[in-house]
Amino acid sequence: MRARVLVRPKAGILDPQGQAVERALPALGFEGVRNVHVGRLIELDVDDPDKLPEMCERLLTNPLIEDYEIVGSPGGDSIGRSAGAELPGENAR
Amino acid sequence: MKFGVVRFPGSCDDVDAFQAAARVGDVVLLWHADRDLQGVDAVIVPGGFSYGDYLRAGAIARFAPIMAEVEEFAREGGLVLGICNGFQVLCEAGLLPGALLPNTSLKFIFRQVELEVVCADGPFTGACDVGERLSIPVKHTTGRYYAPDEQLDRLESAGQVLLRYSPGHNPNGSLRDIAGVCNERGNVFGLMPHPEHAIDPLGGSTDGLRIFESIRAHVEQHVLA
Repeated sequence: MRARVLVRPKAGILDPQGQAVERALPALGFEGVRNVHVGRLIELDVDDPDKLPEMCERLLTNPLIEDYEIVGSPGGDSIGRSAGAELPGENAR
Repeated sequence: MKFGVVRFPGSCDDVDAFQAAARVGDVVLLWHADRDLQGVDAVIVPGGFSYGDYLRAGAIARFAPIMAEVEEFAREGGLVLGICNGFQVLCEAGLLPGALLPNTSLKFIFRQVELEVVCADGPFTGACDVGERLSIPVKHTTGRYYAPDEQLDRLESAGQVLLRYSPGHNPNGSLRDIAGVCNERGNVFGLMPHPEHAIDPLGGSTDGLRIFESIRAHVEQHVLA
């Protein structure tokens, strides 16, 4: 199965990369942009998707500072996420 | 006493750490793929870019074969010092609390900073005085110490914050100016500044030697005695 792991900085942790992008966009004339956060995308083919949460907890993310969401493809449905992780679109903060 | 300096692919401060340790004791290099700590009294996990720092700094290195031995050594009370990338590796391994995040400036910083000794009763700062100032260089992109607020409170009240950046010297946005922390037991210590680069007057400061001298004194008094 093809899966994507979306890794985001945890809510409340200072994200200078997101801030830099947020400042850069208006400089190019793109107004009305808020709450920018920069994370990481990991794509992988995996035989046993049930192992994905453990992969995320042990290696793919650092649970102290990052949230993850596992998305299956095709379809793009969310099939798992770290405890306390917010849905995309909910993460205005 | 005998130090062991771990060498990962991508380590780059292993030689300086070796030279610094050699000023106060015997030293051997410990290859990342080995499973033998060669009977050392203290392990140094040095700075650099272990395994390319792919994914996150230190994330891959923590699973190196030698790290299983280092973890066992730490569990038995052995002294483990992590410098810069070594600090990141020890945090990723769960041997130290917290994590290192990108500097708030998002820039690589390389400069001499002033540190303040917060606690001086453990193996790593025992040769220092509380409040003493140490001039030691930093050089990193990912050095912003982070832990949740309640954990920071616990670290401070338990005396696990050993070194802080002096007021105005915090180079990376570390919470509460934390430059170095130890584990609860006090036998594992990590710091972002590089004491191994401050051991000779030619380098501008010899303050880094205080850390290595502290380790030697502790080992001679408590381990070899």
